[in-house]
Amino acid sequence: MDAITSNNLTTSTLAGADPVEFYGTQVASRLLLGTAQYPSPAILAEAIRASGSDIVTVSLRRESGAAKAGQSFWQLIRDLGVKVLPNTAGCKTVKEAVTTAEMARDLFDTPWVKLEVIGEDDTLQPDVFGLVEAARILSRDGFQVFPYTTEDLVVAEKLISAGCEVLMPWGAPIGSGRGLNNPYGLRSMRAHFPGIPLVVDAGVGLPSHAAMAMELGYDAVLLNTAVAKAGDPVRMARAFARAIEAGREGLLADPMETRDMAAPSTPVMGRAAFGQ
Amino acid sequence: MTSKIENSNGSATVYPAPNAMRVKVVGGGVAGLTCAHAFARRGAQVTLIERKSATGQGCSWYAGGMLAPWCERESAEPIIAELGLESLAYWREAVPDVPNEGSLVLAQPRDLPDLKRFSRRTEGFDWVDGAQIAALEPDLEGRFDQGLFFPTEAHLEPRKALAALTERLVNEYNVTIRYEADGFDVVDDQADEADEADVIMDCRGLGARDQLADLRGVKGEMLVLYSTEISLKRPVRMLHPRIPVYIVPRGDGHFMIGATSIENDERGRVTGRSMLELLGAVYALHPAFGEAEIVEIGADVRPAFPDNIPRLRRRGRTIYVNGLYRHGFLAAPALARRAADLAFDGTACPEVMDEDHREW
Repeated sequence: MDAITSNNLTTSTLAGADPVEFYGTQVASRLLLGTAQYPSPAILAEAIRASGSDIVTVSLRRESGAAKAGQSFWQLIRDLGVKVLPNTAGCKTVKEAVTTAEMARDLFDTPWVKLEVIGEDDTLQPDVFGLVEAARILSRDGFQVFPYTTEDLVVAEKLISAGCEVLMPWGAPIGSGRGLNNPYGLRSMRAHFPGIPLVVDAGVGLPSHAAMAMELGYDAVLLNTAVAKAGDPVRMARAFARAIEAGREGLLADPMETRDMAAPSTPVMGRAAFGQ
Repeated sequence: MTSKIENSNGSATVYPAPNAMRVKVVGGGVAGLTCAHAFARRGAQVTLIERKSATGQGCSWYAGGMLAPWCERESAEPIIAELGLESLAYWREAVPDVPNEGSLVLAQPRDLPDLKRFSRRTEGFDWVDGAQIAALEPDLEGRFDQGLFFPTEAHLEPRKALAALTERLVNEYNVTIRYEADGFDVVDDQADEADEADVIMDCRGLGARDQLADLRGVKGEMLVLYSTEISLKRPVRMLHPRIPVYIVPRGDGHFMIGATSIENDERGRVTGRSMLELLGAVYALHPAFGEAEIVEIGADVRPAFPDNIPRLRRRGRTIYVNGLYRHGFLAAPALARRAADLAFDGTACPEVMDEDHREW
């Protein structure tokens, strides 16, 4: 399991510090937060602060990008001093995704892009064929692509050969809050790509889901709806930050093995014997 | 301060006393008109300045006109519901045709989790089953098994309501309205006139961004459909994780469908995607909307502060009423009343005033 490899790497760095690295940029927080659907920009800002996130995704509608008409909202986000990961949310074709990514690069002055190419309206499942194609075009053009993908290993290989240095498999369909639908698939992905930063993106509903992703050895978790649509988004942001830290700490602490039979934690010798 | 004369309709005409407070209201949208009313009914001598040739032509023109404090409570701060309850009572008294039919919140079976969440986040409703939904809205019979009914809410037709209010201001309160005048430009050019006003109410919406730097625009798109195949008595909201939509019956077979909420400040342009989403959602509510005639499409930009809560701000003799976001009709009368209390009595209302007093 790769968890071990990456553990050795991280634990051998500064004691206490456990940064994660995307395309050569190190950040402290392993929680990436989306910025859509909050009750207000003020609550969004407070939630981002409470989450401790260093990276937030911003989805760009093409109309806004073309007219540069969303400036005041984007400025609110820039003012928070976090790194922006622009998102091609809702794009359904390669061309649309590439155009949106180019606009985002101009607007936010970053080569980073979260690449979404949606293939199916009901599940918002990625169109992995379009995704690989768009990733290739964008990587060649100097973008640093964070692809939203499935746990399919062959697709993952193709994304890496297209130039991706990060992979972001889904936990469950976007906005479903179902958690990690396929822990086995996510575990084998981790094992197959020990050296690639892996981020569970989408489908996370509860802090425990995020903790589980970290325990599986994932490098980070990206979520939006679970915080934005909570009754108290700020509190939920804090809860996720703690869960992710707990899951990561648990992984680094080298958990015990599971076993089929009970193993008493206190010795039985010397226990009072009845019925003699 | 004021003298009242009953006219033949039985409504009172208020003539400001010679020493009445002189108030200049800049902007003739829902905020400006309700402010003019709030000051005039307390005896002020009010002049209203509107950039266009009629009142209510800004983003008030595209409003839904839902007076739904409890439905809004689901996503808005508690203060919005509080302002909304006061405003609801105001509109019932201030203008004709405010049907007290309540409002209905529905969801497709697959979106029932959204309905449950909505119910957890507010109050003032009853769960209704398919039979009860059909009793409320016969044309929706057999289409929904569960919904939320908010019996105390109401709705109005924003364009008719603001026209009626404008007429009252002129006829009953002797409010002077100057059309096609440009607010502060005029004031700057004519220093005498500026000196005449004791209080300036700045109700320019996004136009006041030159003075209120933390205002931003939130674009909204809407359309109006005409159909004789379906009738609804009350506003219906359809929940959806990405595309929530509402339908407000406007009478005579007209339905207002709204509204998108997009974080940008681009005026006027309506995209195909937005129309597709709104039409898709109402078509899912009832297929008759697929056959309906598209009478109008429109878009404008709502002014909002970062917390989406409206504000009164006072700087010298100017009071700004702004940031009504998507709660113009729901919040404006309650804010206008507070603005008048502030000007006449010095009553502060911390719930809608910034705590930063430095710039006063």
